[in-house]
Amino acid sequence: MGLLSKKDAKLITDPLADNNPITIQVLGICSALAITAELKASIVMAVSVMAVLGIGNVVISLMRNIIPSKIRIIVQLVVVAALVIIVDQVLKAFAYELSKTLSVFVGLIITNCIIMGRFEAFALANKPWQSFLDGIGNAAGYGLILIIVGFFRELLGSGTLLGFKVLGDPIEKTGLYAIGYENNGFMLLSPMALIVVGIIIWIQRSRNKALIED
Amino acid sequence: MEHIELFFKSIFIDNMVFATFLGMCSYLAVSKKVSTAVGLGAAVIFVLAITVPLNWLLDQYLLQPGALSWLGEEYASYDLSFLSFIMFIATIATMVQLVEIVVEKFSPSLYNSLGIFLPLIAVNCAILGGSLFMQSREIATLGLATTYGVGSGIGWFLAILAIAAIREKIRYSNVPPALRGLGITFIITGLMAIGFMSFGGMLTGGDDEAKEEVTTETVKAEKNLEETKALADNTIKVIE
Repeated sequence: MGLLSKKDAKLITDPLADNNPITIQVLGICSALAITAELKASIVMAVSVMAVLGIGNVVISLMRNIIPSKIRIIVQLVVVAALVIIVDQVLKAFAYELSKTLSVFVGLIITNCIIMGRFEAFALANKPWQSFLDGIGNAAGYGLILIIVGFFRELLGSGTLLGFKVLGDPIEKTGLYAIGYENNGFMLLSPMALIVVGIIIWIQRSRNKALIED
Repeated sequence: MEHIELFFKSIFIDNMVFATFLGMCSYLAVSKKVSTAVGLGAAVIFVLAITVPLNWLLDQYLLQPGALSWLGEEYASYDLSFLSFIMFIATIATMVQLVEIVVEKFSPSLYNSLGIFLPLIAVNCAILGGSLFMQSREIATLGLATTYGVGSGIGWFLAILAIAAIREKIRYSNVPPALRGLGITFIITGLMAIGFMSFGGMLTGGDDEAKEEVTTETVKAEKNLEETKALADNTIKVIE
């Protein structure tokens, strides 16, 4: 990577695994679980969060020297809320059906702890370019988990990926269904999202013993 | 009757944590001890009971399409609903601050037990989620909005109390090392959510359809039902 120095590249790659916002920092769980029944919704959510966090981090970082520390939470909320309104309006204009599926969870990006967490922990103390990279990196780590969970829930739950019937047709009994495979409808219900994330954490921590809590 | 139905529905069936995953961040972070969990839970009930009705008023008289008609004829065509996120979050943040100041002034003992949690609450998804669900479910009156706020708060309180009690006990169990802490909490919450799903039959009662189809069909049916309900509500509004 010629464009990025080693330190900058680390800002992007760290949150993907060893410092993942969802499985390690425990931030932004709410939306991660609620909208992952379909892969498409997960991807849109990941992109929206990336846009908000990337831009928001830069804005906060530019203002870091003029924000009085006592009212910083309100300032941060206003910045996020303004960005989320833009995302929401864009989604309503270009992907109306999808914005219906996501319903209130687009609005809940405002209180997504990843955003406030990164503002507090990083953007308030660092330069705009680093903050931008940190924002993109953390949103990518968040999106990665979202997409993994969405992939398994949609594949096992409805036998489709992004709406394509990859396992064959359950009604006409083609593909896997011909040999007696059935969809596990339970995967589409909310409790399974929690259990899938639990299993991801389990796998990650058994591979990297340093992350184990006592 | 309507109030009782909405009250129990928001506590058990639409439980904030188990059905819609709202407020998971603080739910996971503050559930290590029962005593702190109780404090945060009480603060959530308190703030939801204030902000949901307040935001209902804002929504009804400021934000909805045509809500400004009380100002005069020429304002009737305004639609400010795109501002709802920023209005709701501003209301919540200021209310939390205000409540903090008032509680500190009048009841120092309550402040000592609740106070430290209040700033945490401004960014708790459960609070904003309560207001947004109130808006998207088109709750009809101020009274119902209050009931909904209190009910959802109690639901959240129950959830965090239960998980905190389980986490206190699980310390003596032999959990696989990689699952310790966060992992097992997720899985337990999942299992509790499965338990809470059984409340889904509470209000449908003897409805055969709801019992028979447990899988995807239920989800679809619920969606259809909600749509029909929304349609019916709209028609009622039009008639009125």
